[in-house]
Amino acid sequence: MSKDQTLDDNRRQLLIATSVVGGAGVVAAAAPFVASLTPSDRAKAAGAPAEADVSKLAPGEMMTVEWRGQPVWILRRNEAMLATLEEVEPLLADPNSEKSIQPPYAKNRHRSIKPEYLVVVGICTHLGCSPTPKFAKGDASGISKDWLGGYLCPCHGSQFDLAARVFKSQPAPTNLTVPPHQYLTDTKILIGEDKA
Amino acid sequence: MTAKKGLLHWIDERFPLTSTIREHLTEYYAPKNFNFWYYFGSLALLVLVIQIVTGIFLVMHYKPDASLNASGIPVAFASVEYIMREVSGGWFIRYMHSTGASAFFIVVYLHMFRGLLYGSYRKPRELVWIFGVLIFLALMAEAFMGYLLPWGQMSYWGAQVIINLFSAIPVIGPDLSTVIRGDFVVSDATLNRFFSLHVIAVPLVLLLLVAAHIIALHEVGSNNPDGIEIKKKKDANGRPLDGIPFHPYYTVKDIVGVAGFLIVFFAVLFFMPEGGGYFLEYNNFIPADPMVTPPHIAPVWYFTPFYSILRAVTYPLFGIDAKFWGVVAMGAAVIIIAFLPWLDRSPVKSIRYKGPIYKTALTIFVISFFILGYLGVLPPTPGRTLVSQICSVLYFAFFLLMPWYSKIDPCKPEPERVTWK
Amino acid sequence: MKNLIVHAKRLLTAVLFAPALVFAAAAGVPLDKAPLSTDFERLKRGATTFVAECLACHSASFMRYNKLTEIGFTEDEIKEKLLPPDKKVGDLMTIAMRPQDAKKWFGGVAPPDLTLVTRQRNSEFGSGADWVYTYLRSFYRDPSRPNGWNNVVFPGAGMPHVFWELQGEQTAKITQHPDGAQSIELVLAKPGTMSAQEYDKMVADLVSFMQWMGEPIAEKRKSIGIWVMLYLAVFFALAYALKKAYWKDVH
Repeated sequence: MSKDQTLDDNRRQLLIATSVVGGAGVVAAAAPFVASLTPSDRAKAAGAPAEADVSKLAPGEMMTVEWRGQPVWILRRNEAMLATLEEVEPLLADPNSEKSIQPPYAKNRHRSIKPEYLVVVGICTHLGCSPTPKFAKGDASGISKDWLGGYLCPCHGSQFDLAARVFKSQPAPTNLTVPPHQYLTDTKILIGEDKA
Repeated sequence: MTAKKGLLHWIDERFPLTSTIREHLTEYYAPKNFNFWYYFGSLALLVLVIQIVTGIFLVMHYKPDASLNASGIPVAFASVEYIMREVSGGWFIRYMHSTGASAFFIVVYLHMFRGLLYGSYRKPRELVWIFGVLIFLALMAEAFMGYLLPWGQMSYWGAQVIINLFSAIPVIGPDLSTVIRGDFVVSDATLNRFFSLHVIAVPLVLLLLVAAHIIALHEVGSNNPDGIEIKKKKDANGRPLDGIPFHPYYTVKDIVGVAGFLIVFFAVLFFMPEGGGYFLEYNNFIPADPMVTPPHIAPVWYFTPFYSILRAVTYPLFGIDAKFWGVVAMGAAVIIIAFLPWLDRSPVKSIRYKGPIYKTALTIFVISFFILGYLGVLPPTPGRTLVSQICSVLYFAFFLLMPWYSKIDPCKPEPERVTWK
Repeated sequence: MKNLIVHAKRLLTAVLFAPALVFAAAAGVPLDKAPLSTDFERLKRGATTFVAECLACHSASFMRYNKLTEIGFTEDEIKEKLLPPDKKVGDLMTIAMRPQDAKKWFGGVAPPDLTLVTRQRNSEFGSGADWVYTYLRSFYRDPSRPNGWNNVVFPGAGMPHVFWELQGEQTAKITQHPDGAQSIELVLAKPGTMSAQEYDKMVADLVSFMQWMGEPIAEKRKSIGIWVMLYLAVFFALAYALKKAYWKDVH
C-alpha cells in the first residue's frame, strides 16, 4: 500500500457498508420524528363525523357546523334560490363540477343529495378564507346589479353562486368542496361519512 | 471536479471553510494513544444533539400550563401524557429526552473523571477545564429546570425544595426565592419561566460554552493517558510524532464509541425507560399537588451527591443557621472543581506516573462521591447523616489537601514518547 | 426471546441500579405478584369491568374509548358494550363528576384519575400492578371507618369495597407482636357470589388491563427494541471493522 493511497479496497468496502447501514439507521430514527408532525389521535378524534339537526332550519336560511375544525355550511335553499342555479351557469368557471371536489352523489347542478339542502365546506379554494353569505339579490348585495345571490370571499373577492360554484375569472380555481355526508333521518345529516 | 473546486474556492475566499476543516479535523493532531476514557467527550456532544433535537419536537406538543383541565389534571402534566399516547412516535421522542438527561450526566461524570485520571486540567489546559466546569453548572441548571416541566409530584416538590435553598442566603434570601418563583409558591409563573429558560436561555449558553470548550481544546491540543505534550516532539513538517489527524482516525474510532453507547442507551429506552425509577421517578407519574408532599422525596440521581453534602451540614456558624452553610457547601463542592489546575502541584499529570498517595486520594474521593450519591436518595437518619458528613469532609479534603499531598507524592518519571497500555 | 429480554433487563438493573436492590430488601407490606396477561381476551374482560365499575367514580382522562381497538375491540363493540350514551368513540374516558364536587362528596379527596395508577404505585415492594392487585383483594370489614371498610395495603382508604358482593366480606385478625409490629390476617367471613379463584382471576384481568392502559405502547416498544438491538449489533461490528482497517497504519 502506497502512503498516498488513503483508501485501500478493504477500507472502501467497509466505509460504504458502514455508511449505508448507518444512513439507514438515521432514516429509521427520523421516522418517529416525522410521524410526530402528522395529526395526533386527538386531532383524529376531533375529525370524527359531525351530526347536524336541520329540523329548525327555515327555507332560505343557512347554519354552520364544525367538522375537523372547519366551518361546514348547510344552506336550505328556497324555490327562488334553486331557480337561479340554471340561470347563472353560463357565467360559471366549472358549472358541472368537473374540476371540483365533491362525492359523486353531489356532482350535479345543485351539488347536493337533496336539491333543497346544500352541504359544503365554507373554505375558499383560493387561499383558505371563509367566504361571506350574500343571499340578497341585485344592489342590496353590494356586489352588482345583476347579482343573483351567492357567496363572496372577503380576502380576494372570489364569487360563488348558491351551489357554491365559482364564477369565471375569479382567484378561486374551483368550486367549494362538498364533504362526504349522509342523511341519518330526514332532518339529521351526518357530515364526514358516506353511506358505506 | 473543477466545478466543485471552483465552488470551494469561491466559498473559501469568503468563509474559512477549508481551513476550519483542516484546523479542527484533518490537520488537528491528536495523540495516538487515546484509550476508552476518551470516548466520552464526543459522546457528550452526541447527547447534546439528541437533547436539542428531541427537545425541539417535544416543544411542539408540550404546554407549560399549571391550570387544571376539566378532569382536574394540570394541563402541563396532561400534555406530557398526550405526547406519550396520542402523538405518533411521541413516546419514543419523550423517552429519548428523559433517558438522554440521565445519559448526559453519566457521560459527563465519566468525562470529568477522565480529567482527574490524566491531569487534563493542568497547564496549558486551565481554560478548557474552567469552560468544562461552567458547562457542568449550566447542565445542572438545565436539568433542574427541565425536571419541573412534566409537573408531576417530584417535579413540583423538588423545585419547591431547591428554590427554597436560596432563601437561606442572609438578608436577600427570602426575596430572592420569591423572585425566582415569580410567586409565593411554585406555580404557573414558575413553570412558564423555567420553560423559557430550559428551552431558550440555558441551551444557548450551553452551546456557546461547548464551542468555547472545543476551541480552547484545539488551541492547546488534547492531553493523553501519559499526560505528556506531544507537541514537544515534531517531525520535519512540524507534525507531532505521536499525533495522528483527528479525521479519519478518531472519527472512525468515535463511531465505534457511538455504536457502543447507543446499544446501552436504547437498551434502557426500549426495555426499561423508567430506569428502575431513577430516570423517571414513580412519584412523577402523579400530577403535581401543592397540598400533598409525597412521603419521600429525593432529587434525581445525578444531583444526589451534592444534595447529600447540603444535608450533611447541620451546625450553625457565625450566628447564621446551618441551612445557609449547607447551601454554601453544596455550591463550593461544584465550584472547587474549577480550581484543580492550581491545586495540583504534582510534577506529572497522569495517574500512570503519580505516586500511591494520589491514587489513594482519588480512590477515596470516588468512593465518597458514590456513597454521597447513594445517601442522597435515602431519607436521612442520624447514622446516615454522620456517614455523609465524613464523606463530605473526604470530598473536600481531596481538593484542599491536594497542594500538599501532590507535592510529596513519590512520582515515576514521565516517558519521552507516548506509550500503549 | 422474552427470556433474553428479562435476562438483559436483570443484568442492566444489576449494573446500573445496584442501590435499588439494597433498597428492595427493606421490609414493607408484602404485595402479591399480579398474574399479568397480555392476552386480548383477558384485557377485553378487564376493560369491560373497568368501564362498568371504576369509571363510575374514577376518570381515565388520558384514554380514548377508540384506543381500545388496540386490544381487540371493534368500534361497533365499543359503541354497543362500553360507550356511555352521551359519548363518542373518539372521546376521552372522563367522568361527569367535576373534581371540585368530588372533593366535597368524598371527604376532601377526589377519586384519582386511574390511567397511570400502575405506573404511580411502583415501589421497592413491588410493581404498581402488584399493588393494585393486592389492594383490590385486601379489603376487610372495619366498623370504625365511616364507610365500614378498611384495607391492608392502603389503611384508611377512602374507597369502600366496590366488589364486596363478588368477593364476599373479609374480616381482619390483627396480631400485635412484642416488637411493636403488627400483622394482619384476612379471613373470608361471608362468601360472595364468586369463589376466591374466580375473584382473583377477575381482578387479575382488570389489573392486566390497567397495566396496559398505563402504557399502551409497552409491548410494541419492547418488540421494536429487539430489532433496534440487532441493528446496533450489526452496526457496531461494521464500525469496529472500519476502525481496525484505518488504524492498522497507526499500530
